[in-house]
Amino acid sequence: MGKVKMTAQVISQECIATDVYSLVLMADEIAKQAVAGQFISVYSKDGSKMLPRPISLCDINKEAGTLRLVYRVVGFGTAEFSKLEAGDLVDILGPLGNGFDKQDKKAILIGGGIGIPPMLQLAKELSCEKSIVLGYRDEIFLNEEFEPYGNVYLSSEDGMHGVKGNVIDAIVEYGIEGDIIYACGPTPMLRGIKAYAMEKGILCQISMEEKMACGVGACLACICQTKEIDEHSQVHNKRICKDGPVFYAEEVEL
Amino acid sequence: MNMAVNIAGVELKNPITVASGTFGSGMEYSEFVDLNRLGAVTTKGVANIPWAGNPTPRIAETYGGMMNAIGLQNPGIEVFKNRDIPFLKKYDTKIIVNVCGKSEADYVDCVEKLGDCDVDLLEINVSCPNVKEGGIAFGQNPDALFGITKAVKAVAKQPVIMKLSPNVTDIAEMARAAEAAGADAVSLINTLTGMKIDVNRRTFAVANKTAGVSGPAIHPIAVRMVYQVANAIKLPIIGMGGVYDTESALEMMMAGATAVAVGTANFNNPYATVQIIDGIEAYMDKNAISDIHELIGCVK
Repeated sequence: MGKVKMTAQVISQECIATDVYSLVLMADEIAKQAVAGQFISVYSKDGSKMLPRPISLCDINKEAGTLRLVYRVVGFGTAEFSKLEAGDLVDILGPLGNGFDKQDKKAILIGGGIGIPPMLQLAKELSCEKSIVLGYRDEIFLNEEFEPYGNVYLSSEDGMHGVKGNVIDAIVEYGIEGDIIYACGPTPMLRGIKAYAMEKGILCQISMEEKMACGVGACLACICQTKEIDEHSQVHNKRICKDGPVFYAEEVEL
Repeated sequence: MNMAVNIAGVELKNPITVASGTFGSGMEYSEFVDLNRLGAVTTKGVANIPWAGNPTPRIAETYGGMMNAIGLQNPGIEVFKNRDIPFLKKYDTKIIVNVCGKSEADYVDCVEKLGDCDVDLLEINVSCPNVKEGGIAFGQNPDALFGITKAVKAVAKQPVIMKLSPNVTDIAEMARAAEAAGADAVSLINTLTGMKIDVNRRTFAVANKTAGVSGPAIHPIAVRMVYQVANAIKLPIIGMGGVYDTESALEMMMAGATAVAVGTANFNNPYATVQIIDGIEAYMDKNAISDIHELIGCVK
């Protein structure tokens, strides 16, 4: 069926932490084909804001035909979205990107900050044994929703929740083990996770982000550096929006 | 009703194409747009060898548009010939290949390698503001533009469109240089060089420091320049710069453009091109215009 641009109706929206919102959209055509790790482009109603905002899928309900986005307000686009109320309409395009390569291996799911939301859908789709590590700066969100899917471990920079430090500190502190890591979060965190996975010799998939324009692989704005020459680009670049956002950590230079 | 236009002997079924760099080679957008409907597809710039482009961030949003410094990342002419051209040949649309280079020899090499390709037009990018060598260096001095146009024309097997930069004092002078050197058409405008500062990170929003501004915010500048060039030379013009709907495309044509390219608007609305084609048809119907040539340069 492929990518769909559509006008979605807002089912609900709530603020779940400071500047963090949970938005549920009716988007049957996208929901029925989307998988964990994919994202959608969300468009502003303000004509002066041309570029869509890429936002990851936190929950995909195929039966209800809904998508849930959990995002942080970081600029005027997301500020506009945070004011959407039930019944409002918003233009979206998706599903975009590749999604996680789900493997039947004992898994460690790692989310950092606003990289946590896509891990929730992944936790639901993975039927294997899994440990879930969530890293926060201070205020926590979504952590309780992970509990039905595995053992949940927290870290926070201020030490108020779980281990004081970052997600790697939590993995070491709690002696968490697994055969594959799936991770999404800020680049410094991904860099640390890649190093940890390589040291331990375990498989590792990371979901990356970058400023995007087209969201579909045409404009080459959102590239990441790759170890090998990429077949499509013929240089050491892959497109995060199209070839990713999920990559095996050893494929990319962080 | 006639919507077909002619650029240097090549008939486009309608005047709408895309601005180089915003549409890849059409593959990604073919999921949204029936490429058969477009007058032409203009490809992202290709060089004689692969280019890695600039570091990220490569783009930033601006009010009413965006800025980019992709840096002409491209897979090189050999892969382009074997992959992108055969893909486009499956469609009933004209193919405009955008060519970039760092030196005159690069441009000539790439144009020569396109000589045996079944493509319709070449658009020579002498106006990219985001690469250190070549690009705009050939497009900001009339003598340099004359020289590169001559060199390309000497080897080109297809008609040559010179893509002009708006980052000049007098774009009409540049257009006259291209015409004098034997160009078959001109296209304008490329992006305007700009700068944006990220006040939170206290650094440049785009890694290249400067980047090319595009989108509706620059449209009036583009219309003015198309008008100036249309009054300075006899060559057909492909007008571009901030076209985002039917009205903004019609403005380009009335200012003197024979064809119109849609760029940044594709990012906001992947259906922009076909909606504009439908919109122009509706405008002609409503205003009892039987031939689109009645609109080209109708505002004097």
